[in-house]
Formats: sequence, structure tokens, C-alpha cells
Amino acid sequence: MKRTAKKTGRRSPLASVALLGIGLLFTGGAYVVVSQTANATSASASASASTASDLVDEGQKLFSANCATCHGTSLEGTGSGPSLVGVGAAAVSFQVGTGRMPMANQGAQAPAKAVQFTDEQISALAAYVAANGGGPEIPDESLLQGNGDAAHGAELFRTNCAMCHNVSGAGGALTEGKYAPALNTVTPQHIYEAMVTGPQNMPVFSDTNLTSTDKQDIITYLLYVRENASPGGIDLGNLGPVAEGLFLWIFGLGIIVAFTVWLASKSN
Amino acid sequence: MTNSDQRSDEDAIDVQGGYSSGIAVIDPEDSFTDPGIEPHRPRKTDLFPEAEKRSARTVVAWMVLSAIGAVAAIVAYVVFPIDGHDISTVRPNNLFLGLGIALSLLALGIGAVHWARQLMVDEETIDIRHPQRGSEEAQAGALEVLDAANKESGFGRRTLIRRSLIGAAVLTPLPGIVMLRDLAPLATQGGDPAELLRHTMWTAGTRLTRDPDGTPIKASDVQIGSAVHVIPEGLTNETEDWLNKKAKAVVLVVRLEEEDLIEAEEKKSWSYHGIVAYSKICTHVGCPVALVEQHTHHLLCPCHQSTFDVADGAKVIFGPANRALPQLPIAVDDEGYLVAQSDFHEPVGPSFPERAL
Repeated sequence: MKRTAKKTGRRSPLASVALLGIGLLFTGGAYVVVSQTANATSASASASASTASDLVDEGQKLFSANCATCHGTSLEGTGSGPSLVGVGAAAVSFQVGTGRMPMANQGAQAPAKAVQFTDEQISALAAYVAANGGGPEIPDESLLQGNGDAAHGAELFRTNCAMCHNVSGAGGALTEGKYAPALNTVTPQHIYEAMVTGPQNMPVFSDTNLTSTDKQDIITYLLYVRENASPGGIDLGNLGPVAEGLFLWIFGLGIIVAFTVWLASKSN
Repeated sequence: MTNSDQRSDEDAIDVQGGYSSGIAVIDPEDSFTDPGIEPHRPRKTDLFPEAEKRSARTVVAWMVLSAIGAVAAIVAYVVFPIDGHDISTVRPNNLFLGLGIALSLLALGIGAVHWARQLMVDEETIDIRHPQRGSEEAQAGALEVLDAANKESGFGRRTLIRRSLIGAAVLTPLPGIVMLRDLAPLATQGGDPAELLRHTMWTAGTRLTRDPDGTPIKASDVQIGSAVHVIPEGLTNETEDWLNKKAKAVVLVVRLEEEDLIEAEEKKSWSYHGIVAYSKICTHVGCPVALVEQHTHHLLCPCHQSTFDVADGAKVIFGPANRALPQLPIAVDDEGYLVAQSDFHEPVGPSFPERAL
């Protein structure tokens, strides 16, 4: 447009608009650059602080609407649900992030189901619960990469977890309808949070019992089992001798019976 | 001998009807009639030469398949070697080697059976079952021999000798059974195996350490709702007879709300601020009991579903176990670490003959 103006020697009616636009763009761009370089740390800190308090407010609204019936309006718990004071952000992330909460109905155990909230809503709920009593925090990403010591993790898993969750994490039954869920589709973050918080009837494995490195090793082991095929052949879900025995009784014996029938039948 | 004579007479009467009725009541009108043998039906291969040729080709095809399987197994063994350092190489080796051998054997068998069913001579014959009962003479002869042996030996007449012989014969295997006691692994260390079963590695002042790392545990480290799997301090893989020692000494430490604990008066001092320690060896048949539920305080044995209540002295609330899990009395030392006050006050694990109930 400028070029047109120079050629004709006359100002285009759009020239002033263009000039204004360029001026605004320049000042705006300069402001962005300056504020990003000069005030980078303080600006982001104040931004996250304001969003954090927004998050807690947002979380409180969500909590009042979805959780307070059972857990009480101020997290104190009722006859239908435990107190959530001090359970921490990790507990919220696990319980809501795996769809266990809100519970569909009262039962022996809250099963994992479709997640009912978005990640932002879960963060808000977690921020609200953490702001009222603290508790275990959401683990650092670096602990969840599966880059620990798988052998040590396996040893810890066998001692602390395998009796309920099965030696390869395939899960198992507990008393009166309760069960230890299979771990082969659980995300590393949820595994870590479950250890720290002890959801439902699982015992708590706090950092004073299993350190964060121990937990990293256990996650490494579980990811190793998940990603490496069973060297012995078909694992039949790793459920152990009962499943394997049933398979042999039905298919192994079935084949033998079929052959016997064929052997003894008259040919046509 | 007269008794057996009578019995054989009765048997003889029964057999007169042609069969032994035993105690069954047979109604002649309702009895099952022998359907006879169904008429012989010639096979397709006997009737049509093309069918016979086809069957012969099928048999040959199975034999060829078997040979292919054998060669494939050898090829698989060479193509998929097992690398000693890489366990994942075992699977293809086993899979293809096994498939080859299975095909080879199975095809051989199927071919042979097919040959017999379709092509070998198809004659039906009847083998009459020979009578199981011996002839009268043979039976009488056997009785004569027994009778003579009895008379000559005096076995029936000399009752004192007979009874002493039976008595001695009953006692003869007993030394072997008594010697089974020495099969107890602990007996190899000398001493009384029963006495060794009564004691574990725990002594007064032994620190409770984490299994398997062996790090000591501060009382303040055990949160409410925690479950810690514990071995005695100093128990490592290098300890002599460590597996047996560990199998007796493993302990589960849990911390409950103090008001949830139901404790017998004499055991009140055995816990520490809601921290209790129980033997992890089931009193039923000795499986490790470790499936602990945080809120119900139930401790479940995975082998036979014996369930213990950790809050109430680990008493049995379900399942085949008969005794509560033994409790390890614990205290805290000067540095705040959990220690045992003493060994268990009763033997851990299942009952054994010398254990007073």
C-alpha cells in the first residue's frame, strides 16, 4: 500500500489505517518482548498464583456440586464417605482420574470406570482438597518414566504388593467382594499416587516406608513386565495356576477326547 | 477253612443260573435284551477303488507332512538359536522347535490311524470272554494246599506264635517312621527339631527392618494405614540357613488408630501407639499371610482364605486356621527405632506334634 502511495505521490485512504496498524503491532510486540525478558519470572509467578486461587475456587464449586453429599461440605466426611482432610492432591488425582470417584453406587469397592471430569476440573478439585489440609502431592514426572532399577523394583513389588496384585500385576481377589485391581493398564502417575495415598483398602506406602526412588523402581518393574513379552509363551493373563489348569483341562483334555472319539469311531 | 468251604458252595449255587446276581433284583420282564451285533457295513474304500486310492494318497500326504515337520524342527533349531544372555530368544526357539516336533509326531500318528481305519483289512470278529471262575478241581486243589500248609505249620493251632508274629510285624516299620523326624531341615543343625520350631531369630532388642532392604524402621515412619513387611535386623541372603530363618521370622507391621485396637490386658504393652507386629506365617499350613486391608483390618491368607482381624489380636474370623497369628511384642529404642521386646511367646506357623495346643 505504501508502495502504491509512493508511485502515485498521493496518500491512499488506507495508508493511515495501515500506519496505525503497524504502529500498534510494533508497540505491542515490543511490550511482549520486554515483558517476557524483563518480567519473565515475576509475571509467570503472579499469573500462576492468580490461577491457583482461581483453581481452588473452581475446585470448591465442583466439590460442592459433586462430592459434598458424601464427603461433607468442608471435607469433614459423613456416614457415607470418609473425611478428605489431609488426603492430598494425589488422592484426588487417583480417585477422580481413574473414574473411581464419584462412586456410581455404594458397594464393597469403588471400581474404576469412565472418568467424569476433565483434566482441568480434576486439577481444580485436587487444588481445593490440597488447600484444605495438605497431604501427598502429585508426583514429579521424573519419577514416572520407568527409568529406575527394575530388579530392585521387582524385589520390592514381590514383598509389598504381589500378595494382592499378583506377581506380574494381574490383580486378585480379597475378602467380601473386594479385590486388588490389575495394574497392567494403570498409568505410572496413578500407580504412584495409589502407593502414596492407600486408596480404599490398600495400605499406605508412604515415603518413609518406600522412598520415592523405591516407588520409581516399582513403576519401572511394572512397565518392564507390561512391555516385555512373556519369554515362556502365552501367559494366559498371568492369572496363575488356576487359569492355566482350567485351560489345560478344557483345551488339552478336549483335544485328547476328540482324538479318542475319532480313533474309536467306525469309518464310513 | 469250613467257612470258606461254605462260601464256595453258595457261589456255586449262584453260578448255576449262568450269571452271578449279587444283590441285584432282576425282573425277567424288565431285563435288558442283548441287541446282538449290528450287521457289518462295508467301507467306501472297500466298495470304490477311487476312494481307496484317495485314502492311500491321504495317508502318504500325512507321512510327507510328518517328514516336513521333522525337517522344520531341525531348521527352527538352527534358525532360532537361544542366546544365553537374552531370554527373549527362548520363546521363538521353543515355539518353532515345538511346532515342528508336534507336527512330525501328530502327522505320523494321524496317518497311521487313517491307514488302519480306511485301508487295512476290515473284518469284525467276536472274542468270547473266558469264564473268570476256576474249575471245581482247581479250586479244590488250592484249598487242599492251603489246608495242608495250615496243618503242617500249625499257624491256625499255635495262637500264641501267630499273635506274637502279627504284633512283631506291626512294629517292624515303626523305626522307619521315627527316622522321618530327621528329615526336618532344622535337625541337620543338631538339636531337637521341635525345639527349633519354637524359636525364631527375634530376641529382646532386635531391630525391626524392612524386607528386603534391611533398613531399620522409626516408629514415626509408620503412618496410620501403613503396612510394612519386616525381617529381623541382620538377616541377609548371606546369613546361614537364611531362607528357613526368614520363613519363621517374617513379620507384618501395621499401624491403626489406637482406639480401634482391641487388646487383651496382658498384651497391652506389646504394641506401640497403635503399631502392632504379627507373624506373617499362617497358623493353618504356613503360607505367608500378607493381604492386609486398610479399613477392615482384615488380613487374608491367599492359600485357603483364612482371615485374621489385625485390630483384634489377629484372631481368626474366617477360614480353616485354628489359632490367632502370634504377636511380636515391640517397643522403641533410644534412637526411636522399633525393636522386639522378645521372641514370639508361642511357636509361629502351623501346629506340629510336639506343640502343646
